[in-house]
Amino acid sequence: MDAATKSEASGLHSSLRYKFIALVGNEFVRAATAADTIVGVQPKLVIEPGTESELAEVLRLSNEVGLAVIPRGGGTKLGWGNPPARADFILSTARLNEIIEYAWADLTVTVEAGCTIQRLQETLAQHGQRLALDPVWPGKATVGGVLSTNDSGALRLRFGALRDLIIGATVALPDGTLASSGGKVVKNVAGYDLPKLVTGALGTLGVITRAVFRLHPLPLNSRSFSVSNANAEETQKFVLAVQDSKLAHTSLQSHCSGENPPNSDILFEGTEAGLAAQETRLRNLAVPGSVSEASTSALMAREELWAFSDPASTAIAKISVLPANMARTMELMERTANAHQLRWRALLYAMGIGWLRLEGKPGALRGALQELRGELEGQDGSLVALHRPDKMPAFDVWGTAGDALPLMKAVKQQLDPKSTLNPGRFVGGI
Amino acid sequence: MKLAFCEDSFFFLRKSRTILHLDTKMGFQTLDELRAIVGERGLISSPEELHTYECDGLTNFRVMPRAVLLPNSTEEVQKIVRICHRERIPFVARGSGTGLSGGALPVEKGIVISLTRMNRILEVDFPNERVVVEPGVINLDVTGRVAPQEYFYAPDPSSQSICSIGGNVAENSGGAHCLKYGFTTTHVLGLEVVLPDGSLVHLGGKTLDTPGYDLAGVFVGSEGTLGVATKIILRIVKRPECVRTLLAAFPSTNEAGAAVSDIIAAGMLPAAIEMMDNLAIQAAEAAVHANYPSCGGLLLVELDGPVAEVEALMTDVNEICRSNGASEIRMAQSEAERALVWKGRKAAFAAMGRISPNYIVQDGVIPRTALPRVMSEIDRLSKEAGVRVANVFHAGDGNLHPLVLYDRRIPGQEEAAEALSSKILELCIAAGGSITGEHGVGEDKKKAMSKMFAEPDLETMQRVRCAFDPLQLSNPTKIFPTPRLCGEKPGEYVPHPAESAGIAERY
Repeated sequence: MDAATKSEASGLHSSLRYKFIALVGNEFVRAATAADTIVGVQPKLVIEPGTESELAEVLRLSNEVGLAVIPRGGGTKLGWGNPPARADFILSTARLNEIIEYAWADLTVTVEAGCTIQRLQETLAQHGQRLALDPVWPGKATVGGVLSTNDSGALRLRFGALRDLIIGATVALPDGTLASSGGKVVKNVAGYDLPKLVTGALGTLGVITRAVFRLHPLPLNSRSFSVSNANAEETQKFVLAVQDSKLAHTSLQSHCSGENPPNSDILFEGTEAGLAAQETRLRNLAVPGSVSEASTSALMAREELWAFSDPASTAIAKISVLPANMARTMELMERTANAHQLRWRALLYAMGIGWLRLEGKPGALRGALQELRGELEGQDGSLVALHRPDKMPAFDVWGTAGDALPLMKAVKQQLDPKSTLNPGRFVGGI
Repeated sequence: MKLAFCEDSFFFLRKSRTILHLDTKMGFQTLDELRAIVGERGLISSPEELHTYECDGLTNFRVMPRAVLLPNSTEEVQKIVRICHRERIPFVARGSGTGLSGGALPVEKGIVISLTRMNRILEVDFPNERVVVEPGVINLDVTGRVAPQEYFYAPDPSSQSICSIGGNVAENSGGAHCLKYGFTTTHVLGLEVVLPDGSLVHLGGKTLDTPGYDLAGVFVGSEGTLGVATKIILRIVKRPECVRTLLAAFPSTNEAGAAVSDIIAAGMLPAAIEMMDNLAIQAAEAAVHANYPSCGGLLLVELDGPVAEVEALMTDVNEICRSNGASEIRMAQSEAERALVWKGRKAAFAAMGRISPNYIVQDGVIPRTALPRVMSEIDRLSKEAGVRVANVFHAGDGNLHPLVLYDRRIPGQEEAAEALSSKILELCIAAGGSITGEHGVGEDKKKAMSKMFAEPDLETMQRVRCAFDPLQLSNPTKIFPTPRLCGEKPGEYVPHPAESAGIAERY
């Protein structure tokens, strides 16, 4: 261990430090740097175990002495949570990156948590298959990170979210238990569905070490269209008409902003004959002249939204609303942004999930997010503030978890009673 | 021969603190209190009437409950559960009682909460594609209600004309079309749940990704062990433009299985792929005259979607079936023909009564590619045991329903059938599959859980259970082979004297 590691890690009991080194090897216990900061909180070490059991053992030792552990995959979404109440070290899954079993004929894959989405997709593509999911930054984002943050995109409309794609998981619990649930077959109701429990739990219950997914074939062909709309009302009318039609679209998303009139992207996948028929049907359904063929790169819209220039004056929120409240939500965003003198743009999926970018002064951003959350929660919706500028006054990322919060805390208490994992980062202070 | 104990109370006996609730004699006073909640007509306590409730669709386990309560509202369920909590009375929620794993089997001296009176469809919201129902609503009635607007509720277990949504939620029911459309859990967005202490919580909601843990995802399929669902928010699906159903007759299930693999490899996701072997075809024919071709392996493939898409793909399916040796291929030419094809398939379990006095319905899952291997193993075991097995599969997702046929009147046959049935499950586990694809673990498959999962896996699931139900009152004896006490670290395993003596085994 170098001198820097020693001084940085001085808060850690030295015998424990040596235990970590003995477990995972000297080169895989390193001092954390400013780049390892979690929402402004500086951890002391980064530990990279090479196996599931090493990871479980590191976790068990830490839990025993009350250290706070921040699990990390590719580190692309470390900001997607409240600042940790404590953070002793980062437990990285970077070395757990194997594709363990790709049963292509059964359309399933077992993969370690640290494998990037892109590498997984490249392997699957060799057999004409895919994990039907479009998370942001697939080149860096890992299976474990994407699961923990429940990051799905436009493909969700057709294929469901991660909860619908994951069929098995192995999780390391703070007491060192390695627990598997689910299985390797798509249809399976044996035991509790714990893969769903850890999906979207932000690593607060256990560290996902491997996952099993159901796969889908890559499309034979695909075509994408852009549909321009005059205003929010017309956009909603179009989206609901498509949803209520016999079209079999793969995704449907709408863009809106303070600058441009709204437009929608629709993606079809299938046989040439099927695509041609669906195009005709789409043109009949939309306002004449509003439909134009587009490139399928529309699926990158969410990354564009995240490609902001100034993190110090930008906030990004994930919102969830009833699909039929779309126009109302667009108007609400516009009104709120204007009242707080903010620039805004948003991407709304037909299933009611949306992504909003606000730009302006940190104080105004907070005010706008607060107001929007109040309005959306009043309509059975939610707002989760995934990116906040450092200078923005404190604002809870999650909002209310409703009357199930005590139950969520009880689940946390059962699996991580000492709050070892990501303390304080999740809903209600979990 | 070793004597197998599956009776949990046996193990409770030496953990006196937990047996308390099972031993509690429900006093007349408590019964009066319960009667006051649901009214005279909402309480069943006479032995003659209680017989109806002593088992569910799995009739070889029977336990007489102390009483059955028929609440009319969430508030009544809460009041009942609060009394159960106070008095430490175990309870089992029950829907239509069609379950096939003994999930609704009563607990001795416990009560059954029957939800059949809570059968209102509370809200239908077409623009948002949501329906809110009470747990006693019949599965098919949801589709019935939204059909005029060309929507349907996708999960379609074979019992859909009588099973309830509450029961579907408990079991995470599937059905033939879950290959494409997913299971109950895919279509449940939110739940109102009475927890085992009587408190009310809302899991999930009308919108997606409500902040916090996906407890709705955990609750669905928890077989009534985490509480009682009193309202369920469902997603409904627009009817596809067209549905086409093809029947293909193969010499054996091997060729039919190869065709299934080729269909999947071609990148198709049919709405359903079902397979039946010769014995199953004979039974279905005898029962409902579905006009199936007589063959060794029958495949039913259904595609749905836009007409042009489906027709293009159906041509491919035809070709794949032919190249795998199908001797006869038929398309259902009308909705009536399609309905008849499905009637035969859905009646397949009950049809066994036509060819065998008794039968066991098994439910196991294998990776689809293991089908030929597992089929020939089943065949070998069947011949070895001298017990016939008819096979019905959801072939697209590897979900097998072997029907083990026997005659109870012939000494030894029932035991041989049961032994064969559990060997089939072991085949499924060995092939990397599951002990249940849709019927649940319930009472029936607790023993097999220890074969599919390691102790730490089951232990972790039970920790989650402890968060919902620390006193273990809600359907306490199901799913887990060895119940765990909440709030206690599992200690060293101490064998029961009977185990040490080799006269009992623990599972």
